[in-house]
Amino acid sequence: MASVQIADVRKAYGATQVIHGVDIDIDDGEFVILVGPSGCGKSTLLRMIAGLENISGGEIRIGPRVVNDVPPKERDIAMVFQNYALYPHMTVADNMAFSMKLRKAPKAEIDERVGKAAGILGLDKLLDRYPRQLSGGQRQRVAMGRAIVRDPQVFLFDEPLSNLDAKLRVQMRTEIKELHQRLKTTTVYVTHDQIEAMTMADKIVVMHDGIVEQMGAPLELYDRPANLFVAAFIGSPSMNLLKGTITAGGFETEGGVVWPIGSHPADSNGKAAVFGIRPEHIQLNPNGLKAEVVVVEPMGSETQVVARCGGQTLTCVFRERITAKPGETISITPDTNVTHLFDAGTGKRIVT
Amino acid sequence: MANSVAEMPARQTSFRSERTAWQKLKASPNWLGFWYMMPAMGILILFLAYPLGLGVWLSFTDTKIGRAGVFIGLENYIWLWEDRVFWTSVFNTLLYTTVASAAKFVIGLYLALLLNKHLPFKAMIRALVLIPFIVPTVLSAIAFWWIYDAQFSIISWSLRQLGWIDHNINFLGDVWNARWSTIFANVWRGVPFIAITLLAGLQTVSPSLYEAATLDGATPWQRFRHITYPLLTPIIAVVMTFSVLFTFTDFQLIWALTRGGPVNATHLMATLSYQRAIIAGQLGEGAAISTAMIPFLLAAIGIAWYGLQTRKWQQGGSNE
Repeated sequence: MASVQIADVRKAYGATQVIHGVDIDIDDGEFVILVGPSGCGKSTLLRMIAGLENISGGEIRIGPRVVNDVPPKERDIAMVFQNYALYPHMTVADNMAFSMKLRKAPKAEIDERVGKAAGILGLDKLLDRYPRQLSGGQRQRVAMGRAIVRDPQVFLFDEPLSNLDAKLRVQMRTEIKELHQRLKTTTVYVTHDQIEAMTMADKIVVMHDGIVEQMGAPLELYDRPANLFVAAFIGSPSMNLLKGTITAGGFETEGGVVWPIGSHPADSNGKAAVFGIRPEHIQLNPNGLKAEVVVVEPMGSETQVVARCGGQTLTCVFRERITAKPGETISITPDTNVTHLFDAGTGKRIVT
Repeated sequence: MANSVAEMPARQTSFRSERTAWQKLKASPNWLGFWYMMPAMGILILFLAYPLGLGVWLSFTDTKIGRAGVFIGLENYIWLWEDRVFWTSVFNTLLYTTVASAAKFVIGLYLALLLNKHLPFKAMIRALVLIPFIVPTVLSAIAFWWIYDAQFSIISWSLRQLGWIDHNINFLGDVWNARWSTIFANVWRGVPFIAITLLAGLQTVSPSLYEAATLDGATPWQRFRHITYPLLTPIIAVVMTFSVLFTFTDFQLIWALTRGGPVNATHLMATLSYQRAIIAGQLGEGAAISTAMIPFLLAAIGIAWYGLQTRKWQQGGSNE
């Protein structure tokens, strides 16, 4: 196990720079998730840690060692690929043993380690099968087994669950997390799915257009998004963001509706800003703002309502069951303890 | 409900029997497939099975051009057994096939691996590689004929200019020179087919497999040995079967270059058969030489078939 330090790392393909100086510190044994929309550079960064891409600038350390010029096989990392990259002509056992066979490990050691990894992942009965004879979830497990067998300093996962169906994805999410708690190996995991990030990570790194937008514990990102991008990216359904002006009495939207907000810096009155409120932080309140119901989506445990208020469309999630029909009016109010304000120009959070 | 089910078969039979056999054949879905197969079968029988059968039959007769023969059993084969020229042609054919196929495979695979890399002007180079393949065989044979010419050979001329030799090389006049020269011409012509086919095969190998192998600690040679080669074997088996069959039955190149000379040193079974059957008019004997090629070809197909059969990892699905 080892820590990973990424210091001012840059990546350019010719004149096109895709990663613009990224700094991330990953502690020993930490589970870090790089998350962001496609094209944000998260996979490139992971491949740079693995050694599959050159590092154009900056420094990557695994443990005490700078690995910029260290070939991949000497970096002591193991990677799980999006398409699993299982060798189709080898059995499950051979797939897992391949790296050890290459370095001519004794057969007894190979058998022991493969057996142990297979035991952890429940692959004991599949060792003689070929990848084609396995289901998606089983292939996923073999790919992880191949990584575990090597007992590396760092695990790298590149969108490992994106080829699985929704139900299996939830199950594998739990398995990977459990595996990490058991092995305690430093893990860097790339995904575009913020739910995966929220549920699994010790630390989330939100990336966008080649820079780190924010880094922190899942709930920290949820509670205090540093900017509009993170605010919109983290959380499902995503945060309602309304443009308008901060006034002494609250937040006046462009549609002329005044929302009550929590405390805000006194000097910000009159400033153009964006008001953020998460769907689950809007409550029903007879004395609240009037909103017209557009769509009601009952989910059983909660009810999602899309409503229009002052010309702007809002998503609300209520714990109680709503009887209102589309076209009717409901009264809503934000929980003022958990509202967010962002600078309209820079998109940065206005600290309260 | 039970009643009606029990009665069903009886009623159906009585209904069926009212149609004529022809009506049944015409409408039956099982026979429909047969009707669709008929044209293809007709073509195959007319142009493949019939000539093959005729050739085999001729080999058991003493037919000459212009004179229908009679059945003489194995007499043609007994003659061939004692014919030194025939055995020379068998040796030549085996040498030609083995050496040329092996060389084509090695060079073709090398070219394919090279073309699979990121090269500048990749598309153009790939197109260039195909040129020997698209030039008509006879044209390229004539080109080689000039290249190997006793007086005007460009190779001899160049080597002389360099001062490496002091007299022209007798490419097609010397026994072994002629063999190697024809093999070289065949290799030049056959490499593109193998290179392009193997290149197509290489492109089906997912790049992430190489990345995974790199992370697993494989050197470039080990990546070739443990990833590329095993994944390419099915295509190698197919392409080499074709290559061996084409080389074994080669006729045009030899006929245009040497006509089997000097002193039968480059006679292949195909050219000898043509010479005996068409030029000398001994159709029966020529047919016997052609028929003698069949066991060799079947053996080549058998080996390739076996090679394809043993790849268990390709046959997915079955959970035995």
